[in-house]
Amino acid sequence: MPLTLLDKIWDRHVVVAPAEPGLPTVLGIDLHLVHEVTSPQAFAELERRGLRVRRPDLTLATMDHSTPTDPTIDRAALRVLDAAGAAQLDRLEENCARHGVPLYSLGDERQGIVHVIGPELGVTQPGMTIVCGDSHTSTHGAFGALAFGIGTSEVAHVLATQSLLQHRPKSFEVRIEGRRQSGVTAKDFILAVIAEIGIDGGTGHVFEYRGQAIRDLDMEGRMTVCNMSIEGGARAGLVAPDETTFDWLRGRPFAPKGAAWDAALEDWRALPTDAGAAFDRSIALDASRIEPMITWGTNPGLAISIRGRVPAPAEFSDGARATVEKALAYMALEPGENLLGRKIDVVFVGSCTNSRLGDLQAAAGVMRGRRVAPGVRMLVVPGSRRVKRQAEEQGLDRVFREAGAEWREAGCSMCLAMNNDRLEPGQYSVSTTNRNFEGRQGPGGRTFLASPLTAAASAVAGRIADVREML
Amino acid sequence: MRRVEGKVAPLPIDDVDTDQIIPASYLKVTDKSGLAEGLFANWRGAGDATFVLDRPERRDAIILLAGHNFGCGSSREHAPWALLGAGFRAVLSTRFADIFRSNALKNGLLAIEIDTSPHAELMARAQAEPDLRLTVDLERRLVELPDGGSVPFQIDPFARTCLLQGVDQLGYLLEQLPHIDAWEATHAARLDTRVG
Ligand code: SF4
Repeated sequence: MPLTLLDKIWDRHVVVAPAEPGLPTVLGIDLHLVHEVTSPQAFAELERRGLRVRRPDLTLATMDHSTPTDPTIDRAALRVLDAAGAAQLDRLEENCARHGVPLYSLGDERQGIVHVIGPELGVTQPGMTIVCGDSHTSTHGAFGALAFGIGTSEVAHVLATQSLLQHRPKSFEVRIEGRRQSGVTAKDFILAVIAEIGIDGGTGHVFEYRGQAIRDLDMEGRMTVCNMSIEGGARAGLVAPDETTFDWLRGRPFAPKGAAWDAALEDWRALPTDAGAAFDRSIALDASRIEPMITWGTNPGLAISIRGRVPAPAEFSDGARATVEKALAYMALEPGENLLGRKIDVVFVGSCTNSRLGDLQAAAGVMRGRRVAPGVRMLVVPGSRRVKRQAEEQGLDRVFREAGAEWREAGCSMCLAMNNDRLEPGQYSVSTTNRNFEGRQGPGGRTFLASPLTAAASAVAGRIADVREML
Repeated sequence: MRRVEGKVAPLPIDDVDTDQIIPASYLKVTDKSGLAEGLFANWRGAGDATFVLDRPERRDAIILLAGHNFGCGSSREHAPWALLGAGFRAVLSTRFADIFRSNALKNGLLAIEIDTSPHAELMARAQAEPDLRLTVDLERRLVELPDGGSVPFQIDPFARTCLLQGVDQLGYLLEQLPHIDAWEATHAARLDTRVG
């Protein structure tokens, strides 16, 4: 029987198959990524039961969510400014030391947003099962790994047993064929997909992104797409591994070497979905018809093309109308208005969706020789220390600084406003992040999600802008 | 745990995400206590008591009657911890986001899915009758109304068995360790995160 990529990965990781329908599978986990916010209660649970971390060699920790990205705030200053955040970092260090879990602390050259460092270090590999107490673990699916977010109880399960109780998800083919237009990015693809299926469209499913337009994306673009699978309700998204994947992985610090690399390649080449395999659901989009996208509402499904109009509640079904009215009120927008040309206060380039080198290069390409508009604050936050260093080697930091933007240390920063990087009430931002929920970037803050190109163009214009006019 | 019986707080809003249930600024903790303070923190306390949890007649509600796709977004288990901390024992919706449902059930917060039309009827009644009491019967998989009516519900059968029999899921997994050993012996890991 022809199998999907999902089937193949799942079947390899079945430790105990369900004895009867409705029971979960015991699923083996190849890699467990850990960060400071969702792990302390899990380590405490291990302590309570007198358990050890079963496989520290398959576990990797970093700090990203509560870390300061303001370069003037060091660890000592953090203890004063944000004792609770500093305590989380201390606790992670203690827990990792006690259990022999490798940890990239603040200051380590390998530190960064967990979903940026996994791939860049080569720990994320095709065919793996990867979990983390973070919903954007779906990012790692870009490599053809089954990667999904878990809660803290499950973090404890994996720490203690390197396995999880899981129901087999359904498969959902998201096919994007055709060629993408200039000024259109992977971010626009995924915003278009979510606008099409809705934010609960993928519940209970795993997406597999297929088609020529997906094949044409580089690894960073594929990560951007897979990253926002959770915004479409799916815990995971997959792209079949191919030469683009292998080229990216070859030579990374944790990638297999020598004969092990050859063996791995042979194995990985067998992973893609077989011809004729059936999916539980499918949708198809034409890349050539996707335009730069921007959200107008308070969930990632409420998006339009950059030249589109904000819709009216009457255009939605009965159930969705109240949500749409609430979103319009929160965003202080009128039905029928154009977003293009609307004044903004902040531009944020960063997050596990769009903080990789290619994202920064794209934004810098627009900013070069231009300036951030007066009255607009722009933050550029690289996803990892390594991205930061590479960007600096290419002089991107200078481009941003000379344009009047802030250049920060690696971390989540204004993506979730756990520290002082946040919007003021009522402010509008164009952000390259993944969530425009009420208050996500600070209480009362209003977020328009868009690509790094659109964000940079908007920073220059001081208004929501169509980057195609600046290319 | 077999039955939850008590007053209802209706929250007729779809797509309530976990950033609303508990904003990120309340996640700077290393234990599970005190999170109730952050529950719907950006919606509560607006001064006009329009938000359901601010209304005096809803203060002692233990069943949250939520809209469609409740708990979408972030995987933070702080969301069910905050609900439990505030006294809630069950959440009723037409559909939960996958991670929220899993997190809730692992903590004994009953995430109960009912069909759209009985959900709409329950919502209308709960809004009109602040004193309405519902019973969630986990054994019979029914939401019971005071007048004798009832609504069937869906719940993950494994989670239900665990809750009814007091089985702890981590304990269950630990019993599988011999199988995990055997599987690991055939599924060689290609990675060692400690060297790289
Ligand atoms: S960058 Fe944002 S979405 Fe990504 S892991 Fe950090 S907080 Fe979560």
